[in-house]
Amino acid sequence: MMKIKDFIKIIGKSGMDVKKTTNQLVGGLLAGDKKKRPPVLWLGTNTCAGDSISFLNSLDPGYRAMITNLIDFRYNHFVMTAEGDMSTGVLEDTLAKHAGEYLLIVEGTVPTRSGGLYCVVGHRNGKPYTALEAVRELGAAAGHVVAVGTCAAFGGPYAAHPNPSRGKSVQGILDRRVINVPGCPVNPGWIVGTLAHLVWYGEPELDEYNRPTLFYGETIHNLCQRRHYFDSGIFAAQLGEPWCMYKVGCKGPVTFADCPYRQWNGEHVNWPVKANTPCIGCVNPEFPEHTMPFFEHLPDIHLPQITVNADRIGAITGTLAALGIGSHLAVRIKKGRLAKTIKKGLAPPKLGLQVLQTTPAQKLVDGIKFKLKKKN
Amino acid sequence: MKKITINPVTRANSPFVVEVTVDGGKVVEAKCSVQFFRGFELILRGRDPRDASYLTERVCGICSSAHGTAAAFALEDAAGVRPPHNGNILRNLILGADLLQNHIRHFYLLSLPDYVRGPNLPPFVPGYKKDFRLPSRVNEAMLNNYYEALEIARLAHEMVALFGAKAPFPHSILAGGSTVAPAADVVMNFRSKLQKINDFIANRMIPDAHTLAGVYDDYYSIGGRNADMLVFGIFPRDQYDRERYFPFGAVLDGQLYQVDLQAIREDVSHAWYIGGVGQPGGDYGVAGNLYGKGMQNKQALPDREKQGAYTWVKAPRYKGRAVEGGSLARLWVRGDYRHGVSTMDRIMARVLETQKVGQLMEGWLEELRPGEPVYKPFKIPQKATGVGLTGAMRGPLGHWLRIEKGRIAGYQIITPTAWNMSPRDAGGQPGPMEQALLNTPVADENEPIEISRVVRAFDPCSACATHVIAPGKSLREFIIPV
Repeated sequence: MMKIKDFIKIIGKSGMDVKKTTNQLVGGLLAGDKKKRPPVLWLGTNTCAGDSISFLNSLDPGYRAMITNLIDFRYNHFVMTAEGDMSTGVLEDTLAKHAGEYLLIVEGTVPTRSGGLYCVVGHRNGKPYTALEAVRELGAAAGHVVAVGTCAAFGGPYAAHPNPSRGKSVQGILDRRVINVPGCPVNPGWIVGTLAHLVWYGEPELDEYNRPTLFYGETIHNLCQRRHYFDSGIFAAQLGEPWCMYKVGCKGPVTFADCPYRQWNGEHVNWPVKANTPCIGCVNPEFPEHTMPFFEHLPDIHLPQITVNADRIGAITGTLAALGIGSHLAVRIKKGRLAKTIKKGLAPPKLGLQVLQTTPAQKLVDGIKFKLKKKN
Repeated sequence: MKKITINPVTRANSPFVVEVTVDGGKVVEAKCSVQFFRGFELILRGRDPRDASYLTERVCGICSSAHGTAAAFALEDAAGVRPPHNGNILRNLILGADLLQNHIRHFYLLSLPDYVRGPNLPPFVPGYKKDFRLPSRVNEAMLNNYYEALEIARLAHEMVALFGAKAPFPHSILAGGSTVAPAADVVMNFRSKLQKINDFIANRMIPDAHTLAGVYDDYYSIGGRNADMLVFGIFPRDQYDRERYFPFGAVLDGQLYQVDLQAIREDVSHAWYIGGVGQPGGDYGVAGNLYGKGMQNKQALPDREKQGAYTWVKAPRYKGRAVEGGSLARLWVRGDYRHGVSTMDRIMARVLETQKVGQLMEGWLEELRPGEPVYKPFKIPQKATGVGLTGAMRGPLGHWLRIEKGRIAGYQIITPTAWNMSPRDAGGQPGPMEQALLNTPVADENEPIEISRVVRAFDPCSACATHVIAPGKSLREFIIPV
């Protein structure tokens, strides 16, 4: 980039009013820069900070380049210098001065129990400032809201049955579009890529779960390096074997993410299937609820008071479980329209029992209720 | 007398709150509080026991390997299975690499901004402005190391990924061993990264720590407390786990004793939980006795409205005492470092431990046997109990598991930060971090940086600290409509 000194020289030679022109031009440049680096508030709610750590693991750009060239990284509990009122002051200040301009990134589920007191991010006027309030207020005025990690995007582990803190996804709290960048944790490439897209080109193309199709457009199964083992029917019988992991519970067929290409950590060194373990579907709207047990094909179904393995109840209803993995083989061979089937099987993105009531798994519930009734 | 509340304390794995009363320029009373609750043990019930390794890793984003390890140990204990030789070493290497990552990030990313002035750029501004004592040239050099440390920590996470699939949340730490074969190319890659990291530790991190300790030597007498500590061993030497590189030990008044698990109690009198038998303020949990019949009636339920309580962290006690865990405790038990108990000692011990683990890992790589198995398949018992104890980065970590009908019937986690950041117990005894804060001088009540330095040296992590006591009745009774 041209230095301001050189700039002045050139303009001076051209005979223009140096001071006036430079002020205008430099002012314009700075304004342009500012536009290129939107203020970013990264709010941690009920989280383990895994997504913040993953963000720091970004290789190109690294952290230093990100905070100097890409974003104005104002608030993140893990890295910011300020603390106490000084740090919550950053939230207030940004809200007041940059409404409509800043990006709000939320990491973690938003608990709603006890009016949100199960997660307090600071205090205000002597009262607890809950994550619920913070997400609502900051979310309403943000230019874009990004839910990073599966907890924020879909509820994730902390909202799993029985959801003790009554955690909700960010979209479950806000009445506006939330860009979901799931993953447990998020891959650095997914979040940094989404940020770059937002800063440079605006909102990326999103799928029906508001995930950028750039990263979540294709199943792991279709991109998998071990796909040929699946097609040839060569399956690992136990963990640690270098074949297709389908039979030890791989959720790759119902998981939309580019892990096999992108891989994990700075140099993209590895990913679960390459490490001879199954994909556990951590970007799924129903992770971990309906991707558990991790080492079995079929998910567990949680009904009031009991947890049942879908394998066992498969016989009752003849229906396959919420994710439709079991029917995968047959479907693939018969119709070759796997992706479509799976998308259908995954809808809609609601948590817990709601899912059971609105997906084919409702049939399972009916079947079990019937059986329990009969027993009694 | 003046009350100072820091809400939230940032640059910790999850934010927390510190409330102190200052009189005559010194802290006379302190309370540490965690303001969020997730209820992991409740979520684990009814699940496949094998899933606990992956799911409990999600307790904490920075020490996930430690939870994976404890969960694997617990299930191995329950199922009566031992990993193969390679499996044990690989798990040690993954946890070791994650420990390097954690300690390097703690020293530079979390600690250093308390002592080193950052650039004039968010998120380094706003911030405290006082008591930065380093000459500008040294300050500048350390700031450069700050950025380099981020690269080095990322490299350590790449090592975790090499054998562990990804980081955070490595998926190769499992009951029965590990899953990545130690082929020559992977071992070479790992070794090369380890070499870079060890160089950084020796040439940057250790000298930087000594510089800090020299300039801020008053912190050797700030944040002190009685030498009461607890250590669960870390890194088994062989697959039979007869001995660990960092051994078990309890330190009371500076004296070393063997660990007696039966002497662990949990107290909820000042935490947001209410007891089951109508006697709040009593002694509710007996970790070592988790499976005893007496536990049936002793359960705690989350209750955010409880009077007199101020945190989500319970108060574990060892022989009735508030004990601390972490690098200082581990090196103390090992006999490597017994200089004192203070803020600067905690920082120095962490840095020295980083170097020690990095060196040990070079040796473990030599012990790998290519071509031999890494994982041993096993059957999940229908009914069993198991205990998994390990050192996590911040201190002793224990997972207690009860299996019934092949599923998790009860799961209990006691985390390092529950020990370190515990609240007062029924007898009014403050937790270790609260004790350490007493007598801390506060020069400027508007910029209480001394307090932050004291608490941050513990490397607290509220993410891992909040749990419920689970054993006993059915799930429905834990879910109180509020």
